[in-house]
Amino acid sequence: MSGVYGYFPGCSLKGTGVAYEESLLALFRALHLELAELEDWNCCGATSYMSIDERDAFSLSARNLTMTQKAGHRDLVAPCSACYLALRKTQDYLERYPKIAGGNGALTSIRAVRVRHPLEVLYADVGVERIKKAIMRHWHGGRVACYYGCQMVRPYSEVDRDCDPVRMDELLGAAGIPTVDYSLKTKCCGGSLTGTTHDVGVRLVYILLKEAARKGAEAIVTVCPLCQYNLDAYQHEIRRSSGERLDMPVLYFTQVLGWALGAEIESLGLARAISGRKRIRQWFQPAEKEAYV
Amino acid sequence: MSERETVRIGVYVCHCGTNIAATVDVKSLAEYAGLMPNVVLSRDYKYMCSDPGQDLIRQDIRDRQLNRIVVASCSPHLHEHTFRTALKVGGLNPFYFHMVNIREQASWVHENRVQATRKAKDLVRAAVQRVAFHQPLERGRVAIQPDVLIVGGGIAGIHAALTLANAGKHVYLVEREATIGGHMARFDKTFPTLDCAACILTPKMSAVRAHPNITLWTYSEVTKVDGYVGNYKVTVLRQPRYVDEDLCSGCLECIEACVYKQAKVPDDFNLGLSKRRPIYIPFPQAVPQVPVIDPETCIQFKSGKCKTTCVAACGDRHAINLRAEAKEERIEVGTVILATGFQTFDAHRVPYYGYGKYPNVYTALEVERLVNASGPTAGEVVLRDGGRPAAVGIVHCVGSRDENTHRWCSRVCCMYSLKLAHLIKEHTGAEIFNFYIDMRTPGKGFEEFYQKLLTERVHFIRGRVAEVTDWALDPSEEGKLVIRVEDTLAGFVRRIPVDMVVLATGLEPRTDAPEVRRLFNISCASEGFFLERHPKLAPVNTFTDGVFLAGCCQGPKDIPDTVAQAGAAAAEALALIDAGYLETEPNTAHVVEEKCCGCKTCISMCPYHAVAFVDEIHKSRVNEVLCKGCGTCVAACPSGAIRQNLFEDDEIFAEIEGVLSNA
Repeated sequence: MSGVYGYFPGCSLKGTGVAYEESLLALFRALHLELAELEDWNCCGATSYMSIDERDAFSLSARNLTMTQKAGHRDLVAPCSACYLALRKTQDYLERYPKIAGGNGALTSIRAVRVRHPLEVLYADVGVERIKKAIMRHWHGGRVACYYGCQMVRPYSEVDRDCDPVRMDELLGAAGIPTVDYSLKTKCCGGSLTGTTHDVGVRLVYILLKEAARKGAEAIVTVCPLCQYNLDAYQHEIRRSSGERLDMPVLYFTQVLGWALGAEIESLGLARAISGRKRIRQWFQPAEKEAYV
Repeated sequence: MSERETVRIGVYVCHCGTNIAATVDVKSLAEYAGLMPNVVLSRDYKYMCSDPGQDLIRQDIRDRQLNRIVVASCSPHLHEHTFRTALKVGGLNPFYFHMVNIREQASWVHENRVQATRKAKDLVRAAVQRVAFHQPLERGRVAIQPDVLIVGGGIAGIHAALTLANAGKHVYLVEREATIGGHMARFDKTFPTLDCAACILTPKMSAVRAHPNITLWTYSEVTKVDGYVGNYKVTVLRQPRYVDEDLCSGCLECIEACVYKQAKVPDDFNLGLSKRRPIYIPFPQAVPQVPVIDPETCIQFKSGKCKTTCVAACGDRHAINLRAEAKEERIEVGTVILATGFQTFDAHRVPYYGYGKYPNVYTALEVERLVNASGPTAGEVVLRDGGRPAAVGIVHCVGSRDENTHRWCSRVCCMYSLKLAHLIKEHTGAEIFNFYIDMRTPGKGFEEFYQKLLTERVHFIRGRVAEVTDWALDPSEEGKLVIRVEDTLAGFVRRIPVDMVVLATGLEPRTDAPEVRRLFNISCASEGFFLERHPKLAPVNTFTDGVFLAGCCQGPKDIPDTVAQAGAAAAEALALIDAGYLETEPNTAHVVEEKCCGCKTCISMCPYHAVAFVDEIHKSRVNEVLCKGCGTCVAACPSGAIRQNLFEDDEIFAEIEGVLSNA
């Protein structure tokens, strides 16, 4: 394992996805992995930039990658799927169309930065076996549906199989957390549609939640702050419009793994959840005597 | 060139109608040529390739004592042979000839008449200077061994073998599996006539077995090929089947006697849909009708502690020999027909269609076995839990016409999907949905079959299926497989719940096609099927003389096309065999032994394996039969020890000088 990982939080982990950052840092601490946040990082260039002017988007990503190299990191951990995709896409385009790097070729070297999703770091650098050995708490929650979303697995599918990813299921399984077979694991969470074509976005959210419940899952576990936000934040609206009470906790994989691996419960950002708070409180209760393995 | 002989050149400029004459000033070109040294006569003529055009050459040779001919016309690919023949008829060595291409290389590619004419003059001047150095050459002859090797015992190999055998030629038919029959043996009915595949195939299989001119080696593979057209030396490895083909009577009592009372091993022939014993025959009409023992699962092979009841059941015949070993056969054949077939696309590669994940997603080949009366369910179309499907979706183009997998159309899937739709409907009465991109039914009787299906209340939905899933939106979808597809005719997204999904998987090159390609020194096209010499005019030939292609190893095709191609391949082989010999082009390379230093550079450079090293004299030698005259070794030889007929140094330098000495 290679000492320190460069860390690119992106805007989400400082905003709507702050629970992701809290739990990620706690989990990595529990595994004795060091994350060093890039100094003066900027927007990754995802979404609007990418659709309006790719060159601007690539420039933004390229600056982050350059600074990773300057800071002497080989790996850059990007937990947000949108950031992960934007950074990977920038490298991929530099590889395929070297012309966009501009005249002096200074940018060609940033292709060497290894952009990593934390799920892949846990799977490849830590490994299922070490996770098994590091279990500190027995899971006493229900079964969960592992939801991967789209951007982490496609089109740069080194993280996992592009249409049928399984690594989160394997890692959670290793940590003693039961998962269900969730056919919608890479289907659209609604993305920014919840903000633009709201009805369509919320319908996609509803389908995901409903199917998870139908398969017997009592919570959804995600790897992406936008997925988490969409699935978590609109459940009250679904209840208001359809009367259907879903109350489905939507957690980050770092929260459930962090818990299993013995991170302090307060450090996992669990209190920030919007939906299914009662279930979360029950599952993640600090036991009178911690049930250490 | 003999030094006593005076060079007398005739130059002929062809108009090619207006193809050349419209852009090149043929009159002034002919006049110009007439003034060149050694040119005795120069003419222009409307069509040099016509009979009167050729007669001109013949007459002039006789009347004007010409001994070198230059024709300025089209590409030598088209008419070099024509004009060389004219020289021969006129009594001149056909290689005292040079052809100048002033059509493809001048008139067709230029607009400016003055410049095009000037270029044509340069080219003709080069040819005139070159042809003076031409030497008389003779074509060689290679005798053709009349025996034929056919690799692959599917319908293509079977048909080619019978055609050749009936013509009195001896055929070695080598098949890797324990029986011949190939994919066709697995089919139930054949489109569009719905005649029973076994009924039309098995008589031909039996005929192969019985034919005195066919040596059938099943469970065997070609491991080595040496030699060249007319004289191939082939090694075939015959795997032991542990039941002697000569001693076995085909009573199959050994199978019944096997200590496995229950069949436990997945049956390959039924694609794992049924089980077999360690001693088995693949299917009832297998040819040869001789069981085979699979050492992977036979207890005697695994532990040596079996009661070997099979051996006891065989009794006095002693056909079962558990100590049999693989043996090598070495044969000599003149020609080879490759009929190694295809494999179906692995549906696991498109995870969004759920194959391997949802039990009731089948491939079309599996369903062929289900609808087959001799299949694992005796013709009942049932789901894995034994239930009957009430609704079935057939997904077309799985692994075909797809950027992510294979880009080609597999040609047979539309038609076999229609056939399966008809058969499943007939067997179960289920509601059938076909999901297609385009219906492709361009064969004899094919479109009519499609029209017939349309009247059988089979549904056709145009759209590439997005996914097969188990997620249910409402109770009607609970427990079903839901097919999600954009209906591109209706213009909306459909969700169709069904009980069974059939994936119409495409045809792809066999995984071992690259090894077979290397073994026989032929080429593969970019997608991996074997490459024919010409897509239209030499569809069963390869770039290796004497090696022919038949069936799906050359590309996806249906049974009628496969049989037609197999017949064509057999005819091509017959044409060679009955001629008795093959004429070779004399433009080959040869090593000047005094100059060769034995460095072997040429050997590694030759793309045709035509150069060999002669250890006794420590020098390279070119096999003139294998040499294609590419010149690579000539250029590569560091000692300048390799020369090539028609490309001698003096010829090439004269040509260069001619083209460059523009006045």
